[in-house]
Amino acid sequence: MKQGRFIGKLFSRATLRGLFAIAVFILIWEVGARSEQWLGFRMPYLGLIPPPTDVAASWAGLIGDPSYWQSWYMSFLRVFGGFLAAMAIGIPLGLFMAVNKTFYGIYFPTFEIMRPIPPLAWVPASIIFWPTQELSIAFVTFLGAFYTIVINVLGGARSINKQYLQAAQSMGASQWDIFRRIVLPATLPSIVVGSAVGMGITWEVVVAAEMISGGGSSGGGAGGGLGFFIWSSYVGGSYEQIIVGMISIGIAGYFSSELLRQLGGFFTPWLKTR
Amino acid sequence: MSEVLDRKVVADDSAKVDSDVAGRAAPEVTKGAICIDDVVKIYDPDGAAVMAVDHCSIDIPAGEICMIVGPSGCGKTTLLNAIAGFHDITSGSIHLDGELLCGPGKPEATPGSDRIVVFQNGALFPWKTNLENIAFGPLMAGKLSKSEIYDKARSMMADAGLSGTENNYPGEVSSGLRRRVEIVRALMNDPKVLLFDEPYRALDSLTKSVMHEALLEIYYRNKVTIFFITHDLEEAIFLGHRLIIMSSRPCKPKKIVDVDIPHPRDYSVLTSSRFREIMLEAKGVVHEEAQKAFDAGEKEG
Repeated sequence: MKQGRFIGKLFSRATLRGLFAIAVFILIWEVGARSEQWLGFRMPYLGLIPPPTDVAASWAGLIGDPSYWQSWYMSFLRVFGGFLAAMAIGIPLGLFMAVNKTFYGIYFPTFEIMRPIPPLAWVPASIIFWPTQELSIAFVTFLGAFYTIVINVLGGARSINKQYLQAAQSMGASQWDIFRRIVLPATLPSIVVGSAVGMGITWEVVVAAEMISGGGSSGGGAGGGLGFFIWSSYVGGSYEQIIVGMISIGIAGYFSSELLRQLGGFFTPWLKTR
Repeated sequence: MSEVLDRKVVADDSAKVDSDVAGRAAPEVTKGAICIDDVVKIYDPDGAAVMAVDHCSIDIPAGEICMIVGPSGCGKTTLLNAIAGFHDITSGSIHLDGELLCGPGKPEATPGSDRIVVFQNGALFPWKTNLENIAFGPLMAGKLSKSEIYDKARSMMADAGLSGTENNYPGEVSSGLRRRVEIVRALMNDPKVLLFDEPYRALDSLTKSVMHEALLEIYYRNKVTIFFITHDLEEAIFLGHRLIIMSSRPCKPKKIVDVDIPHPRDYSVLTSSRFREIMLEAKGVVHEEAQKAFDAGEKEG
């Protein structure tokens, strides 16, 4: 039954449409990269882009290369490390700011001044401050998700329908019950949204941080992460590998978001019904 | 206690009430008498004192369906919130069965499971299933075991025609059903008083009429005092033992109308001649107040 639904979904009109669009995109890219002229016009720059078949060939060569997978591993480690730390600190912080006016008054102004500073502006300071390159990259990654998560949790927890609280109070719920059974679940949708957005920012940040910092403590291509993989491919003049790195990040980001969507759906089952 | 029993009620001189009219509150109900005595509520947010409730006195005997009718924004909800304990009053007092809810020295009542509000927009917890919502109050009270609570919740749902929706989330059922779930959730707490804040306002008139009959059915099974705010006169006469027509802001009883149509009622009541007579009697007063509220709004605008 479940499998039937899965296969049905796999061959649904929407899926086929998506696959068709990707195929057309690759075809145009291939043709564009291989032709000097399009409809009689010279296409001066397109020829510099490696065609998808070359990229695929280069990728096939990398599949067996452990250092390529090491790059995946390093980037994932940094993304999830920074992201989980941002959740672990950001969610309680946002909730606490929402329920405690005094703390909100003390902390929020500082938070709001720090928040507009782009995570990448932190890179130099972070490299100076943290003892290892690895920690400085992880810290910048953390910042990418942190502010978004806090702002979303804070906003979600503050906009709870007051009548939920009143109803719970009337029915004899204690302060702790109200926090656990009302405030927390009512904020969950905002936590999910904040996390999804934060995850996207985390990937953007980690790649740039890897490029700037030279790929972390282990230096060379091996432990450098996907951002460093792209950078070293560029320096080494391997254009195909640049594209391989870019697509790898696209895929990695997609799977990260999909994981969060699934988890989010699991934790907020009531939202599916809307 | 005696001060609750001798009903010192009432606002304008025109409104003298006799509590023994046929079709009045069911005699077997002994809990849930509300005595609102000379209550004043002044909102003073930024120095501009706004009087929401003006020396308002209402006595509601146990088990009565008391309909509070008045124009929008007249301060009815302020009164309801004061009874529920959601905010304080400026002066006066409110007693429930002779016990002080709020008054001198205690401006704000403590919210409690003896007074449950059914809100205008509904306040079912969307992250809990209907059954979990209904079980919430008793779970918080902690007097019964979990299995007893869920058994009771299921049987109450069955009585209210809600079987089969136990594991649905509130967002998955119609707004009419949601309202019913919310009333059952309220009743699960064995309240003395149900406080309704225009609960059917957003429903279309056909759904409304179904909901009215369903509410009366629930009422006949679990007699509690009902304090019901509305500005729908038809709804008020169909459901209520008594209408308290409020003046526009500040809120105070302007006229009291007894609905001497015997309970149990069904929808044939709506076409009866007595219903129309009462409607006629009430309509003039309500219209006058609505006009005043409208003119006041014009001035403010």
